Amino acid sequence: MSATFEPIVGRYMHLDLFGRAHRIYVEEAGQGTPLLCLHTAGSDGRQYRGLMNHPGITANHRVIAFDMPWHGKSSPPSGWHDEEYQLTSAQYTTMILDIMTALQLDQPIVMGCSIGGRIALHLALEHPERFRAIIGLQAGAHVDPYYDLNFLHRPDVHGGEVSAAIVSGLVGPKAPVKERWETLWHYMQGGPGVFKGDLYFYKIDGDIRDRVGRIDTRRCPLFLLSGEYDYSCTPEETLAVAASIPGAEVTIMKGLGHFPMSEDPQTFIEHLMPVLEKINGRYAPR
Amino acid sequence: MIEQLKEKVNSDASLTRRGRFLTTMFLIEIGTAQWLVSIVEGRIVSVAQGPFVMPSWTFALRAPPEEWEKFWSADPRPGSNDLMALIKRRVLKAEGDLQVFMANLRYFKESLEKLRPAGAAT
Repeated sequence: MSATFEPIVGRYMHLDLFGRAHRIYVEEAGQGTPLLCLHTAGSDGRQYRGLMNHPGITANHRVIAFDMPWHGKSSPPSGWHDEEYQLTSAQYTTMILDIMTALQLDQPIVMGCSIGGRIALHLALEHPERFRAIIGLQAGAHVDPYYDLNFLHRPDVHGGEVSAAIVSGLVGPKAPVKERWETLWHYMQGGPGVFKGDLYFYKIDGDIRDRVGRIDTRRCPLFLLSGEYDYSCTPEETLAVAASIPGAEVTIMKGLGHFPMSEDPQTFIEHLMPVLEKINGRYAPR
Repeated sequence: MIEQLKEKVNSDASLTRRGRFLTTMFLIEIGTAQWLVSIVEGRIVSVAQGPFVMPSWTFALRAPPEEWEKFWSADPRPGSNDLMALIKRRVLKAEGDLQVFMANLRYFKESLEKLRPAGAAT
Protein backbone atom coordinates (compact mmCIF):
# COMPACT_ATOMS: atom_id res chain seq x y z
CA MET A 1 0.00 0.00 0.00
CA SER A 2 1.87 3.07 -1.17
CA ALA A 3 0.37 6.50 -1.61
CA THR A 4 1.30 8.73 -4.50
CA PHE A 5 0.87 12.48 -4.69
CA GLU A 6 0.17 14.65 -7.69
CA PRO A 7 2.46 17.65 -8.24
CA ILE A 8 -0.50 20.06 -7.86
CA VAL A 9 -0.34 22.51 -4.94
CA GLY A 10 -3.41 24.42 -3.76
CA ARG A 11 -3.65 27.52 -1.58
CA TYR A 12 -6.37 29.86 -0.37
CA MET A 13 -5.88 33.48 -1.36
CA HIS A 14 -7.60 36.36 0.40
CA LEU A 15 -8.29 39.19 -2.00
CA ASP A 16 -10.75 42.06 -2.33
CA LEU A 17 -12.78 41.84 -5.53
CA PHE A 18 -15.43 44.41 -6.52
CA GLY A 19 -14.94 46.02 -3.11
CA ARG A 20 -15.68 42.84 -1.14
CA ALA A 21 -13.45 40.40 0.69
CA HIS A 22 -13.10 37.04 -1.04
CA ARG A 23 -11.47 33.71 -0.18
CA ILE A 24 -10.29 32.15 -3.41
CA TYR A 25 -8.79 28.73 -4.00
CA VAL A 26 -5.83 28.67 -6.38
CA GLU A 27 -4.04 25.59 -7.68
CA GLU A 28 -0.83 25.36 -9.64
CA ALA A 29 1.81 23.01 -10.94
CA GLY A 30 4.97 23.38 -13.00
CA GLN A 31 7.47 26.11 -13.75
CA GLY A 32 8.06 28.46 -16.63
CA THR A 33 5.69 30.46 -18.78
CA PRO A 34 2.57 31.22 -16.72
CA LEU A 35 -0.53 29.57 -18.17
CA LEU A 36 -3.67 30.85 -16.43
CA CYS A 37 -6.65 28.51 -16.91
CA LEU A 38 -10.32 29.45 -16.60
CA HIS A 39 -12.96 26.80 -15.91
CA THR A 40 -16.42 26.47 -17.46
CA ALA A 41 -19.73 27.68 -16.02
CA GLY A 42 -20.89 25.73 -12.98
CA SER A 43 -17.62 23.83 -12.55
CA ASP A 44 -14.19 24.54 -11.05
CA GLY A 45 -10.44 24.42 -11.57
CA ARG A 46 -10.26 20.64 -11.28
CA GLN A 47 -11.09 20.60 -14.98
CA TYR A 48 -7.39 21.33 -15.60
CA ARG A 49 -6.07 18.38 -13.54
CA GLY A 50 -4.89 16.65 -16.72
CA LEU A 51 -2.71 19.58 -17.75
CA MET A 52 -1.27 20.04 -14.26
CA ASN A 53 -0.33 16.36 -14.13
CA HIS A 54 1.25 16.29 -17.59
CA PRO A 55 5.06 16.55 -17.43
CA GLY A 56 5.20 17.70 -21.04
CA ILE A 57 3.17 20.78 -20.10
CA THR A 58 4.55 21.49 -16.62
CA ALA A 59 8.22 21.15 -17.68
CA ASN A 60 8.06 24.67 -19.09
CA HIS A 61 4.72 26.09 -17.96
CA ARG A 62 3.48 27.25 -14.58
CA VAL A 63 -0.13 26.08 -14.91
CA ILE A 64 -2.49 28.00 -12.63
CA ALA A 65 -6.23 27.59 -12.13
CA PHE A 66 -8.41 29.38 -9.61
CA ASP A 67 -11.95 28.49 -8.61
CA MET A 68 -14.13 31.50 -9.29
CA PRO A 69 -15.95 32.89 -6.24
CA TRP A 70 -19.01 30.67 -5.48
CA HIS A 71 -17.29 27.71 -7.27
CA GLY A 72 -15.28 24.71 -6.13
CA LYS A 73 -13.36 25.43 -2.93
CA SER A 74 -13.73 29.21 -3.23
CA SER A 75 -16.40 30.78 -1.04
CA PRO A 76 -19.11 33.19 -1.98
CA PRO A 77 -18.55 36.58 -0.34
CA SER A 78 -20.08 37.27 3.06
CA GLY A 79 -23.72 38.27 2.61
CA TRP A 80 -24.29 35.81 -0.23
CA HIS A 81 -27.20 34.13 1.52
CA ASP A 82 -29.54 36.99 0.65
CA GLU A 83 -28.32 37.50 -2.91
CA GLU A 84 -28.90 36.00 -6.34
CA TYR A 85 -25.57 35.18 -7.96
CA GLN A 86 -25.20 36.64 -11.47
CA LEU A 87 -21.87 36.84 -13.26
CA THR A 88 -21.30 39.92 -15.42
CA SER A 89 -18.64 40.68 -18.04
CA ALA A 90 -17.27 43.51 -15.89
CA GLN A 91 -16.94 41.33 -12.77
CA TYR A 92 -15.41 38.44 -14.69
CA THR A 93 -12.81 40.69 -16.32
CA THR A 94 -11.95 42.43 -13.04
CA MET A 95 -11.61 39.10 -11.24
CA ILE A 96 -9.13 37.72 -13.78
CA LEU A 97 -6.99 40.86 -13.96
CA ASP A 98 -6.93 41.35 -10.17
CA ILE A 99 -6.00 37.73 -9.53
CA MET A 100 -3.22 38.01 -12.13
CA THR A 101 -1.91 41.10 -10.36
CA ALA A 102 -2.14 39.45 -6.95
CA LEU A 103 -0.19 36.43 -8.23
CA GLN A 104 2.31 38.76 -9.95
CA LEU A 105 1.79 37.05 -13.29
CA ASP A 106 3.60 38.96 -16.00
CA GLN A 107 1.93 38.53 -19.36
CA PRO A 108 0.63 35.00 -18.87
CA ILE A 109 -0.96 32.91 -21.54
CA VAL A 110 -4.65 32.84 -20.62
CA MET A 111 -6.75 29.85 -21.63
CA GLY A 112 -10.46 29.66 -20.88
CA CYS A 113 -13.21 27.24 -21.81
CA SER A 114 -16.87 28.01 -22.57
CA ILE A 115 -17.63 31.05 -20.39
CA GLY A 116 -13.84 31.15 -20.03
CA GLY A 117 -13.55 31.09 -23.80
CA ARG A 118 -16.05 33.91 -24.09
CA ILE A 119 -14.23 36.09 -21.55
CA ALA A 120 -11.02 35.28 -23.45
CA LEU A 121 -12.57 37.12 -26.40
CA HIS A 122 -13.42 40.07 -24.12
CA LEU A 123 -9.83 40.09 -22.81
CA ALA A 124 -8.44 39.92 -26.36
CA LEU A 125 -10.50 42.96 -27.24
CA GLU A 126 -10.06 45.08 -24.12
CA HIS A 127 -6.78 44.02 -22.46
CA PRO A 128 -4.52 42.46 -25.09
CA GLU A 129 -1.41 44.07 -23.59
CA ARG A 130 -1.79 42.03 -20.40
CA PHE A 131 -1.29 38.69 -22.16
CA ARG A 132 1.39 36.84 -24.09
CA ALA A 133 -1.29 34.91 -25.96
CA ILE A 134 -4.97 34.09 -25.55
CA ILE A 135 -6.47 30.64 -26.06
CA GLY A 136 -10.24 30.29 -26.29
CA LEU A 137 -11.68 26.79 -25.93
CA GLN A 138 -15.27 26.35 -27.11
CA ALA A 139 -15.35 30.10 -27.61
CA GLY A 140 -18.30 31.66 -29.37
CA ALA A 141 -19.50 35.26 -29.46
CA HIS A 142 -23.01 34.40 -28.24
CA VAL A 143 -25.30 31.49 -27.37
CA ASP A 144 -29.09 31.73 -27.46
CA PRO A 145 -30.80 30.09 -24.48
CA TYR A 146 -32.14 26.71 -25.59
CA TYR A 147 -33.84 25.62 -22.40
CA ASP A 148 -35.60 27.35 -19.52
CA LEU A 149 -32.74 28.32 -17.22
CA ASN A 150 -35.11 28.44 -14.23
CA PHE A 151 -34.94 24.63 -14.09
CA LEU A 152 -31.36 24.99 -12.87
CA HIS A 153 -32.45 26.54 -9.59
CA ARG A 154 -35.79 25.61 -8.10
CA PRO A 155 -36.60 23.45 -5.09
CA ASP A 156 -38.42 20.68 -6.98
CA VAL A 157 -35.47 19.92 -9.29
CA HIS A 158 -32.09 18.85 -7.87
CA GLY A 159 -29.67 21.51 -9.11
CA GLY A 160 -26.62 19.27 -9.25
CA GLU A 161 -28.38 16.40 -10.98
CA VAL A 162 -30.04 18.59 -13.59
CA SER A 163 -26.89 20.60 -14.31
CA ALA A 164 -24.91 17.44 -14.99
CA ALA A 165 -27.75 15.93 -17.02
CA ILE A 166 -28.04 19.05 -19.16
CA VAL A 167 -24.34 19.11 -20.02
CA SER A 168 -23.80 15.33 -20.27
CA GLY A 169 -24.40 15.27 -24.03
CA LEU A 170 -21.79 18.00 -24.50
CA VAL A 171 -19.08 15.48 -23.63
CA GLY A 172 -17.69 13.80 -26.74
CA PRO A 173 -18.93 10.23 -27.29
CA LYS A 174 -15.44 8.68 -27.15
CA ALA A 175 -14.35 10.37 -23.91
CA PRO A 176 -12.89 7.89 -21.40
CA VAL A 177 -15.56 6.82 -18.87
CA LYS A 178 -13.48 7.94 -15.89
CA GLU A 179 -12.87 11.45 -17.21
CA ARG A 180 -16.44 11.86 -18.52
CA TRP A 181 -17.97 11.15 -15.14
CA GLU A 182 -15.33 13.14 -13.23
CA THR A 183 -16.31 16.09 -15.44
CA LEU A 184 -20.01 15.55 -14.70
CA TRP A 185 -19.36 15.08 -10.98
CA HIS A 186 -17.99 18.62 -10.81
CA TYR A 187 -21.32 19.82 -12.22
CA MET A 188 -23.23 17.77 -9.67
CA GLN A 189 -21.26 19.48 -6.90
CA GLY A 190 -22.06 23.06 -7.92
CA GLY A 191 -23.78 25.32 -5.37
CA PRO A 192 -27.45 26.23 -5.79
CA GLY A 193 -28.01 28.67 -8.63
CA VAL A 194 -24.32 29.01 -9.49
CA PHE A 195 -24.43 27.38 -12.94
CA LYS A 196 -27.49 29.49 -13.72
CA GLY A 197 -25.73 32.64 -12.49
CA ASP A 198 -22.75 31.92 -14.75
CA LEU A 199 -25.07 31.46 -17.71
CA TYR A 200 -26.32 35.01 -17.19
CA PHE A 201 -22.89 36.03 -18.51
CA TYR A 202 -22.82 33.30 -21.19
CA LYS A 203 -26.27 33.85 -22.66
CA ILE A 204 -27.12 37.47 -21.88
CA ASP A 205 -24.53 39.88 -20.50
CA GLY A 206 -21.44 38.57 -22.28
CA ASP A 207 -22.78 38.80 -25.86
CA ILE A 208 -19.83 40.15 -27.88
CA ARG A 209 -21.13 39.64 -31.44
CA ASP A 210 -21.08 43.32 -32.36
CA ARG A 211 -17.48 43.85 -31.18
CA VAL A 212 -15.62 40.60 -31.74
CA GLY A 213 -14.44 41.66 -35.21
CA ARG A 214 -12.44 44.49 -33.64
CA ILE A 215 -10.02 42.13 -31.90
CA ASP A 216 -6.51 42.94 -33.11
CA THR A 217 -4.34 39.81 -33.10
CA ARG A 218 -1.25 41.93 -33.79
CA ARG A 219 -1.60 43.18 -30.20
CA CYS A 220 -2.06 39.68 -28.79
CA PRO A 221 -2.20 36.38 -30.68
CA LEU A 222 -5.49 34.51 -30.45
CA PHE A 223 -5.99 30.76 -30.79
CA LEU A 224 -9.41 29.10 -30.84
CA LEU A 225 -9.85 25.36 -30.27
CA SER A 226 -13.29 23.74 -30.34
CA GLY A 227 -14.57 20.19 -29.99
CA GLU A 228 -16.62 18.65 -32.77
CA TYR A 229 -19.50 17.44 -30.57
CA ASP A 230 -20.19 20.71 -28.78
CA TYR A 231 -23.74 21.83 -29.52
CA SER A 232 -23.57 24.73 -27.04
CA CYS A 233 -20.75 26.45 -28.91
CA THR A 234 -20.65 24.61 -32.23
CA PRO A 235 -17.55 24.36 -34.44
CA GLU A 236 -19.46 26.51 -36.94
CA GLU A 237 -19.80 29.28 -34.35
CA THR A 238 -16.09 29.14 -33.51
CA LEU A 239 -15.23 29.19 -37.23
CA ALA A 240 -17.48 32.23 -37.67
CA VAL A 241 -15.67 34.06 -34.86
CA ALA A 242 -12.30 33.10 -36.34
CA ALA A 243 -13.38 34.28 -39.80
CA SER A 244 -14.28 37.70 -38.40
CA ILE A 245 -10.89 38.20 -36.69
CA PRO A 246 -7.87 38.52 -39.01
CA GLY A 247 -4.96 36.45 -37.70
CA ALA A 248 -7.00 34.23 -35.36
CA GLU A 249 -5.91 30.60 -35.61
CA VAL A 250 -8.53 27.89 -35.25
CA THR A 251 -8.42 24.15 -34.54
CA ILE A 252 -11.50 21.92 -34.65
CA MET A 253 -10.84 18.95 -32.38
CA LYS A 254 -12.40 15.82 -33.84
CA GLY A 255 -14.31 13.61 -31.43
CA LEU A 256 -14.09 16.03 -28.52
CA GLY A 257 -16.93 17.97 -26.92
CA HIS A 258 -17.43 21.04 -24.76
CA PHE A 259 -14.94 20.17 -21.97
CA PRO A 260 -11.83 19.05 -23.88
CA MET A 261 -9.30 19.55 -21.07
CA SER A 262 -11.43 17.60 -18.60
CA GLU A 263 -13.38 15.02 -20.63
CA ASP A 264 -10.31 13.70 -22.50
CA PRO A 265 -7.11 15.41 -21.29
CA GLN A 266 -4.80 13.17 -23.31
CA THR A 267 -6.42 13.89 -26.66
CA PHE A 268 -6.79 17.57 -25.83
CA ILE A 269 -3.11 17.93 -24.96
CA GLU A 270 -2.21 16.57 -28.41
CA HIS A 271 -4.11 19.53 -29.88
CA LEU A 272 -2.78 22.02 -27.34
CA MET A 273 0.94 21.18 -27.57
CA PRO A 274 1.49 22.62 -31.07
CA VAL A 275 -0.31 25.81 -30.00
CA LEU A 276 1.89 26.22 -26.92
CA GLU A 277 5.02 25.50 -28.97
CA LYS A 278 3.97 28.14 -31.46
CA ILE A 279 3.31 30.69 -28.71
CA ASN A 280 6.56 30.01 -26.88
CA GLY A 281 8.62 30.00 -30.06
CA ARG A 282 7.09 32.93 -31.84
CA TYR A 283 5.81 35.27 -29.17
CA ALA A 284 8.30 36.21 -26.47
CA PRO A 285 7.03 38.55 -23.74
CA ARG A 286 6.84 42.09 -25.06
CA MET B 1 -39.34 -0.35 -31.79
CA ILE B 2 -40.55 2.00 -29.05
CA GLU B 3 -42.11 -1.05 -27.40
CA GLN B 4 -38.58 -2.33 -26.70
CA LEU B 5 -38.18 0.46 -24.14
CA LYS B 6 -39.98 -1.61 -21.53
CA GLU B 7 -37.59 -4.54 -21.56
CA LYS B 8 -34.47 -2.44 -22.10
CA VAL B 9 -35.18 -0.03 -19.26
CA ASN B 10 -36.56 -2.56 -16.78
CA SER B 11 -33.53 -4.83 -17.18
CA ASP B 12 -31.14 -2.03 -16.16
CA ALA B 13 -31.05 -2.16 -12.37
CA SER B 14 -29.00 1.03 -12.05
CA LEU B 15 -31.47 2.99 -14.19
CA THR B 16 -34.59 1.76 -12.41
CA ARG B 17 -32.96 2.45 -9.04
CA ARG B 18 -32.29 6.06 -10.04
CA GLY B 19 -35.88 6.32 -11.29
CA ARG B 20 -37.49 4.86 -8.18
CA PHE B 21 -39.21 8.14 -7.27
CA LEU B 22 -40.53 8.62 -10.80
CA THR B 23 -44.13 7.77 -11.70
CA THR B 24 -45.49 9.42 -14.80
CA MET B 25 -46.94 9.05 -18.30
CA PHE B 26 -45.25 10.72 -21.25
CA LEU B 27 -45.85 10.90 -24.99
CA ILE B 28 -43.32 10.20 -27.74
CA GLU B 29 -44.22 11.47 -31.18
CA ILE B 30 -42.38 10.37 -34.30
CA GLY B 31 -43.84 12.46 -37.07
CA THR B 32 -47.56 11.75 -36.72
CA ALA B 33 -47.18 8.42 -34.90
CA GLN B 34 -47.60 8.50 -31.12
CA TRP B 35 -46.75 6.29 -28.16
CA LEU B 36 -47.72 6.69 -24.52
CA VAL B 37 -45.12 5.42 -22.08
CA SER B 38 -46.26 4.72 -18.54
CA ILE B 39 -43.65 4.60 -15.77
CA VAL B 40 -44.29 3.48 -12.21
CA GLU B 41 -41.49 3.91 -9.67
CA GLY B 42 -38.83 3.85 -12.36
CA ARG B 43 -40.12 0.79 -14.21
CA ILE B 44 -41.92 1.03 -17.53
CA VAL B 45 -45.25 -0.72 -17.11
CA SER B 46 -46.68 -0.10 -20.58
CA VAL B 47 -45.89 1.33 -23.99
CA ALA B 48 -49.10 1.91 -25.97
CA GLN B 49 -49.19 2.92 -29.62
CA GLY B 50 -51.70 5.52 -30.85
CA PRO B 51 -53.68 6.98 -32.40
CA PHE B 52 -55.37 8.07 -29.19
CA VAL B 53 -58.73 9.72 -28.71
CA MET B 54 -58.08 11.53 -25.43
CA PRO B 55 -54.47 10.91 -24.38
CA SER B 56 -53.34 12.18 -20.98
CA TRP B 57 -49.67 12.79 -20.37
CA THR B 58 -47.41 14.98 -18.25
CA PHE B 59 -45.04 15.91 -21.06
CA ALA B 60 -44.50 15.14 -24.73
CA LEU B 61 -41.37 14.78 -26.86
CA ARG B 62 -42.10 15.43 -30.55
CA ALA B 63 -39.67 15.22 -33.47
CA PRO B 64 -39.78 14.27 -37.16
CA PRO B 65 -38.94 10.63 -38.08
CA GLU B 66 -35.60 11.55 -39.70
CA GLU B 67 -34.41 13.27 -36.51
CA TRP B 68 -35.30 10.32 -34.27
CA GLU B 69 -33.64 8.01 -36.80
CA LYS B 70 -30.38 9.98 -36.54
CA PHE B 71 -30.67 10.09 -32.75
CA TRP B 72 -31.18 6.32 -32.59
CA SER B 73 -28.32 5.48 -34.96
CA ALA B 74 -25.37 3.48 -33.62
CA ASP B 75 -22.92 6.38 -33.75
CA PRO B 76 -24.96 9.61 -33.91
CA ARG B 77 -23.33 12.60 -35.52
CA PRO B 78 -22.75 15.88 -33.64
CA GLY B 79 -26.11 17.59 -33.18
CA SER B 80 -27.99 14.27 -33.12
CA ASN B 81 -26.17 12.65 -30.19
CA ASP B 82 -28.28 13.97 -27.32
CA LEU B 83 -31.85 15.07 -26.58
CA MET B 84 -30.60 18.53 -25.61
CA ALA B 85 -28.75 18.78 -28.94
CA LEU B 86 -32.04 18.15 -30.75
CA ILE B 87 -33.77 20.74 -28.58
CA LYS B 88 -30.97 23.23 -29.29
CA ARG B 89 -31.51 22.75 -33.04
CA ARG B 90 -35.25 23.26 -32.46
CA VAL B 91 -36.12 19.89 -34.08
CA LEU B 92 -37.25 18.24 -30.83
CA LYS B 93 -40.17 19.92 -29.12
CA ALA B 94 -40.53 19.22 -25.41
CA GLU B 95 -43.87 20.43 -24.03
CA GLY B 96 -46.24 19.98 -21.13
CA ASP B 97 -45.18 19.78 -17.47
CA LEU B 98 -41.43 19.72 -18.03
CA GLN B 99 -40.59 19.69 -14.31
CA VAL B 100 -40.92 15.89 -14.42
CA PHE B 101 -38.69 15.70 -17.49
CA MET B 102 -36.01 18.02 -16.10
CA ALA B 103 -36.00 16.58 -12.56
CA ASN B 104 -35.33 13.16 -14.10
CA LEU B 105 -33.37 14.28 -17.15
CA ARG B 106 -30.59 11.71 -16.83
CA TYR B 107 -33.21 8.94 -16.54
CA PHE B 108 -35.02 10.04 -19.70
CA LYS B 109 -31.84 10.59 -21.70
CA GLU B 110 -30.41 7.20 -20.80
CA SER B 111 -33.75 5.43 -21.32
CA LEU B 112 -34.27 6.78 -24.82
CA GLU B 113 -30.64 6.14 -25.77
CA LYS B 114 -31.30 2.47 -25.08
CA LEU B 115 -33.16 2.28 -28.38
CA ARG B 116 -29.83 2.67 -30.20
CA PRO B 117 -28.49 -0.59 -31.71
CA ALA B 118 -26.95 -2.85 -29.07
CA GLY B 119 -23.34 -2.03 -28.34
CA ALA B 120 -23.70 1.62 -29.39
CA ALA B 121 -21.63 4.12 -27.43
CA THR B 122 -23.55 6.02 -24.79
